[in-house]
Amino acid sequence: MTDLARVDHHERVSHHDTGPEVPAVLSVRGAALAYGDRTLWSGLDLDVRPGQFVAVLGPNGAGKTSLLRAILGTQPLTAGSIEILGQPVRRGHPLVGYVPQQHLADRGTPLRARDFVGLGLNGHRFGLPLPSRERRRTVDAMLATVQATPLAKMRIGDLSGGEQQRLRIGQALIGKSRLLLCDEPLISLDLYQQRAVSTLIDQSRRDADRAVIMITHDVNPVLDMVDTVVYLAAGQVRIGPVREVLTSAVLSDLYQTPVDVIHARGRIIVVGLPDIAHEGHEAHPHPVRGRR
Amino acid sequence: MTPDLWGELFRFDNYAELLALVQNSIIAGAVLGLTGGLIGVFVMARDMAFAVHAISELSFAGAAAGLLLGVGVVEGSLAGSLAAALLIGVLGSRARDRNSIIAVLMPFGLGLGILCLALYSGRAANKFGLLTGQIVAVDNPRLTALLVICGIVVVGLLVVWRPLTFLSIDPQVAEARGVPRVAVSVFFMILLGLAVAVSVQIVGSLLVLSILVTPAAAALRVSASPLVVPLLSALFAVVAMVGGIMLALGGSVPISPYVTTLSFLIYLGCRVVGRVQDRRPRLPALVTAP
Repeated sequence: MTDLARVDHHERVSHHDTGPEVPAVLSVRGAALAYGDRTLWSGLDLDVRPGQFVAVLGPNGAGKTSLLRAILGTQPLTAGSIEILGQPVRRGHPLVGYVPQQHLADRGTPLRARDFVGLGLNGHRFGLPLPSRERRRTVDAMLATVQATPLAKMRIGDLSGGEQQRLRIGQALIGKSRLLLCDEPLISLDLYQQRAVSTLIDQSRRDADRAVIMITHDVNPVLDMVDTVVYLAAGQVRIGPVREVLTSAVLSDLYQTPVDVIHARGRIIVVGLPDIAHEGHEAHPHPVRGRR
Repeated sequence: MTPDLWGELFRFDNYAELLALVQNSIIAGAVLGLTGGLIGVFVMARDMAFAVHAISELSFAGAAAGLLLGVGVVEGSLAGSLAAALLIGVLGSRARDRNSIIAVLMPFGLGLGILCLALYSGRAANKFGLLTGQIVAVDNPRLTALLVICGIVVVGLLVVWRPLTFLSIDPQVAEARGVPRVAVSVFFMILLGLAVAVSVQIVGSLLVLSILVTPAAAALRVSASPLVVPLLSALFAVVAMVGGIMLALGGSVPISPYVTTLSFLIYLGCRVVGRVQDRRPRLPALVTAP
């Protein structure tokens, strides 16, 4: 594993145009996480530079969400360290935006789309939410960025899954975040909405030199955007570009069973994953759970 | 309706004189309405309507115990309220846990209260008043206590307004953004306990929901604006309280049915308005060409 990670390090330096002199937004060193005697992952070394798009893949229960939570500072590591722009992680870091695993807002949720996006700006501060022209302008601009201007005054509970997801991304981006963490942002969206949301995420890293870390069970919708894959499985980690990690050899080695990775028509299909990893990398046509 | 019954319910002889007599009650009603209307918005956002009911029953138990032991109704109801609010807040952070804790607390509180009242040998009107309200009897010290407690609740709410909203809507992101979840939740429960305790003394423990929940639920039917909802909710609660007191003045029945009925009618009206709003043509689905 470490071999591969090291290979990747050199690879990325030449591969990525930002170069090694640009300080990493996120650096993870020797990180390990265990619950009791069960080790989710260990020996995780990762540098994420501005503009980089990292996809975190792996079966259910491999510790993908725990990794995001460790970066958010809400999950302490068992070993190792995580730094954001050279400082140890802490909860509520102003430069980190977070889009949690989707749960749709209740119909009666007493908030409009623009208020929901505005929470990302200063929802964590104490005191009265005094309206200001500047705040209004910032929220309006973000609504436009996530193509939600016509939704501004609608209740979030009345919006479809894709619309709510775009607003969540707006909420995560509005605080000038340098690192965007997304947990399965495409789940339960139809292909059209998947495209809209992933394009939005991709643009946000290009426009603002923001790094993106996205957990996904299906790499295909973001295949042309991903620079680096972090594959968590069976307590181990593989890190590298898509073509180096998503291979029959690497996955067979990880899962200790023959796994075939098929590249076909610009898509990646993984066949033969053991039961613990029954969710493959095939595109699942998830039904839209929106309630319109 | 027979003239007798009508006369029992509404009578407006010597109204101006009566009004002067219940000045304290009207002030208390208005302040209580304002407080209940504001905190009700968060009760709704956090889906805690039944928690309010459980707190009010323990508050009733506390008030009854206070009456029996001679420590005072206000002190007793505050103690019961705060104990229930903290128990629910600490043990019931998840919705499922919360429901079972509420179901466990409610009959216990009511039973405890009935026990204390059964042992109490004082005036019977005091007993009934704890359950159904006794707003006419607001003397100056009680009014002062009510104003102070309501002041604490309103100021406390304004201080945590934003993080509490964030936490109620989107707990995961709020926590990741640095909102101290436990501290803010417990602080809110203390405010809720205080608000319930003062409401119990005025509208009675069985009817607290009509001040702490119904107005906010009504306001949410007609708006989702974070500014309009609390203002409307407070307005509805004040109208229900003060209107109820003024309607009840001449009659001989307790005050609470007037308050609860007004509150309910406002809610019905808001449902109708909300229905009409929903029928208006919706915005077209958004086009997001990649």
